Amino acid sequence: MVSAAQIEQISFFKLAKQNMRKISMFLVLGLIIIVFAFLTGGVNLTPRNITNIFIQNSYILILTVGMVLVIIIGNIDLSVGSVIAFLGALSAMIYNTGIGVVPTLILSLLLGAAIGTFQAFWIAYMHIPAFIVTLAGMLLFRGLTYIITNVTPISLIDDRYKQIASGSLNIEGFTIAGLDGLSIIVALVLVVALVYFTIRSRNQHIAHGFTVLPFRFTLYRIVALSALILFIFYKFSAYRGIPTVSVVLIVVTAIFVFLTNNTVIGRYIYAVGGNAKSAKLSGINSEQVVFITHVIMGLLCGLSGMVFTAYMNSALPQAGVNFELDAIASCFIGGAAASGGIGTTIGAITGGLVMGVINNGMSLMNIGADWQYVVKAVILLLAVFYDIMSRRKSGLG
Amino acid sequence: MNEDYILEVRNITKEFPGVRALDNVDFKVKRGEIHCLVGENGAGKSTLMNVVSGVYPKGSYEGEVVFNGKVTNYRSTKDSEQDGLAIIHQELTLSPYLSIYENLFLGHMKTRFGVIDWDSCLRDSYPLLKRVGLNEKPQTIVSKMSVGKQQLVEIARAISQDAQLIIFDEPTSSLNDDESHKLLSLMKEFKESGITCIMISHKLDEVLSVADSITILRDGLSIESIDVTGEKVSEQRIIRGMVGRELKNLFPKKEPDIGTVVFEVKNWTVYHPDYHTMKIVDDASFFVRKGEIVSFCGPMGAGRTEMMMSIFGNSYGYGATGEIYLNGEKVEFDSPKTAIRKGVGYVSEDRKNLGLILIQDVKTNISNSSLPMISKRGVVNKRTEISKAEEFRKALNIKTPSVHQIVRNLSGGNQQKVVLSRCLLASPDIFIVDEPTRGIDVGAKFEIYSILNDMVKQGKSVIVVSSELAEAISMSDRIYVMNEGKIKGVIPREEATQEGIMRMALVD
Repeated sequence: MVSAAQIEQISFFKLAKQNMRKISMFLVLGLIIIVFAFLTGGVNLTPRNITNIFIQNSYILILTVGMVLVIIIGNIDLSVGSVIAFLGALSAMIYNTGIGVVPTLILSLLLGAAIGTFQAFWIAYMHIPAFIVTLAGMLLFRGLTYIITNVTPISLIDDRYKQIASGSLNIEGFTIAGLDGLSIIVALVLVVALVYFTIRSRNQHIAHGFTVLPFRFTLYRIVALSALILFIFYKFSAYRGIPTVSVVLIVVTAIFVFLTNNTVIGRYIYAVGGNAKSAKLSGINSEQVVFITHVIMGLLCGLSGMVFTAYMNSALPQAGVNFELDAIASCFIGGAAASGGIGTTIGAITGGLVMGVINNGMSLMNIGADWQYVVKAVILLLAVFYDIMSRRKSGLG
Repeated sequence: MNEDYILEVRNITKEFPGVRALDNVDFKVKRGEIHCLVGENGAGKSTLMNVVSGVYPKGSYEGEVVFNGKVTNYRSTKDSEQDGLAIIHQELTLSPYLSIYENLFLGHMKTRFGVIDWDSCLRDSYPLLKRVGLNEKPQTIVSKMSVGKQQLVEIARAISQDAQLIIFDEPTSSLNDDESHKLLSLMKEFKESGITCIMISHKLDEVLSVADSITILRDGLSIESIDVTGEKVSEQRIIRGMVGRELKNLFPKKEPDIGTVVFEVKNWTVYHPDYHTMKIVDDASFFVRKGEIVSFCGPMGAGRTEMMMSIFGNSYGYGATGEIYLNGEKVEFDSPKTAIRKGVGYVSEDRKNLGLILIQDVKTNISNSSLPMISKRGVVNKRTEISKAEEFRKALNIKTPSVHQIVRNLSGGNQQKVVLSRCLLASPDIFIVDEPTRGIDVGAKFEIYSILNDMVKQGKSVIVVSSELAEAISMSDRIYVMNEGKIKGVIPREEATQEGIMRMALVD
């Protein structure tokens, strides 16, 4: 069956036009960063601020990665804000027994998965709409948080926990031209890996006789992504090294990009979200897929709760209020469809960064939360409007 | 112009994408008669009634409809209702969680100063219910009543708006004998009081017992109108008019190489998913042999699709009972997943809602049933996936720019080939295809016949649910005839004629 590889002849603009839906959110993010660079006189691009953007948004971005799966499957999760408050408080209590960071992390993830299992049971097997189950969860876990914390913050016994959010990875005294050496080396390793895997995948496609794009597009892609990696890590290196939380974030994103694109369960999530009845008749156990998705969401709440507690350096009973709305908005800005079946991890992360960069930029300009809400509302509406219009054109509506 | 006619339909042509559903149809109904409309599935009966009642608005069809001497200009059924023309659809259109009297006046409530006067609605509902013979309190929630009673509510609703002409679209298809009988007498009462009725029906005995005139439609053409009041008309005569056409050699059938029984279903009974006492499939038994193509024929609503779906992993209905044997071994399919794993494939008649995931691309749709097969430790091998999709694209001649194309953008025939590919990739031994050629063009039909033929040549077995008699006769080795949930009989290929099948289905 294997025929000779074909190279698709296509111009740059035609290709860009075909993939407009995919690239437009990156363009929007880039545009917003540039606009704020002007408005803040470049303050938003300082190494310190770039690091801060990652730290301040990390817990939302982790939630977003789980939320996009829930949205792809056609559901919604309103409970995540309360759940991370509850799990954050539990993890602080567990940590304060003195068992160390790693066991605390493992227990938090397990507790998160347990809460996810509880909600997933009602949604997947009792067929109660996710909106209602998680609305109940939102109330339930907020209440439980108040009960276990006595409505007072829980402080942490030492400073090691908070390193998850505010710590950095670097090697003492190892610098290259005044910059943190570890960041530079990691960045170079990442770029080399990117080049290697991109080219390998293209060669494999050619070997199998698939139609591929001309090499120059592969080159553009490598150059753009390398530039992005080098830029971010340059900023990291000029400040305190690689923020620990960005490592957490990159690992989580990588796992879920792989999960959604390459695994059977990932494909089942898209199938069930795209048309649950059809998926069922295709031999997919829809209930089980819905169940697993909500368990994953719970697990990520465990991680996010820990990161947020670390960021605040204490577990707050009021933690996580409205986080679910930020996470949901991020997914929709990132191109997920409310009707299910459509959405990507990278898109959701990009959407989360759009929101994060706007928050950060406006804070730098000393614009208060009042106007931040207004601007975010406008961005959300416009982004989804654009998305729906472009989807209609490509037959995804 | 003869004032005798309440309804005249002149030169109606109605087209859907790719199909001409009605072709220059003329149709006349006398005032105060019961006029029956008969024809095979897809002959255009419902389409014609939808044109008359404004479901398809003026402008979406060619020709004119004259009601009470005036050319109609309906934009929706609301306009036709105001003119005194009501249609009772096959699927009931009541709001299920409202009570009888709320449903009766829905859309035309009695108001006083803009406020609904529920008391007078309630009061007015009693005579209406009495007139249609419904012994229920008007406050009863309609979803708690049987389908037959719900239908009476719809009829009461029609009379409450002073309907002069009521169209019944297969009114007895979901009723039991007793309810059907009552409905037919009600129609006769209406006739006495001067209301004209049009009934679409597949049940010829019912047609002959009430009709004053019968119009036969076939392939979107009006074949003939018969006045039944004077002469005695036989069922035979009507059936001949319904099928009429010559059998074309659609499908050069290869010499069959038929082996032993590989799939057998015994005493299969299924109930309606919402009305748990209503039998949709009633004690059906059948078998399929290796290398055999078996068709299931029968009118719409005979229970063929429902039976196949409930066999295929309980995908339809409530409380299915019966036994399934695969290669002589008793099996149970608790979900489609199990059925697929045991080697049974099912291609749904509802390709868009049950067969495909329209927002996904061709290759994903093809691989959806077989992902565990093309993956290792839960990771999908994308290269295998694309190669398999390419294989099917070539083998089945799926016309698409690439396997990365979203299936929504494909034509009906090509979409159907994608569904077939999905099922074939899971390599079933028993392949159930439900209306495989519905809504696709002749060329693609021929290709699909060839695909099914190739399957049986490889020693697999195919079950076809088909509403096209010509198709069923020319491609299958045996034909099971179903109606009203029962298997009425089986006809071998050599003895099968369209009239024979129709007679077996419609005449007891």
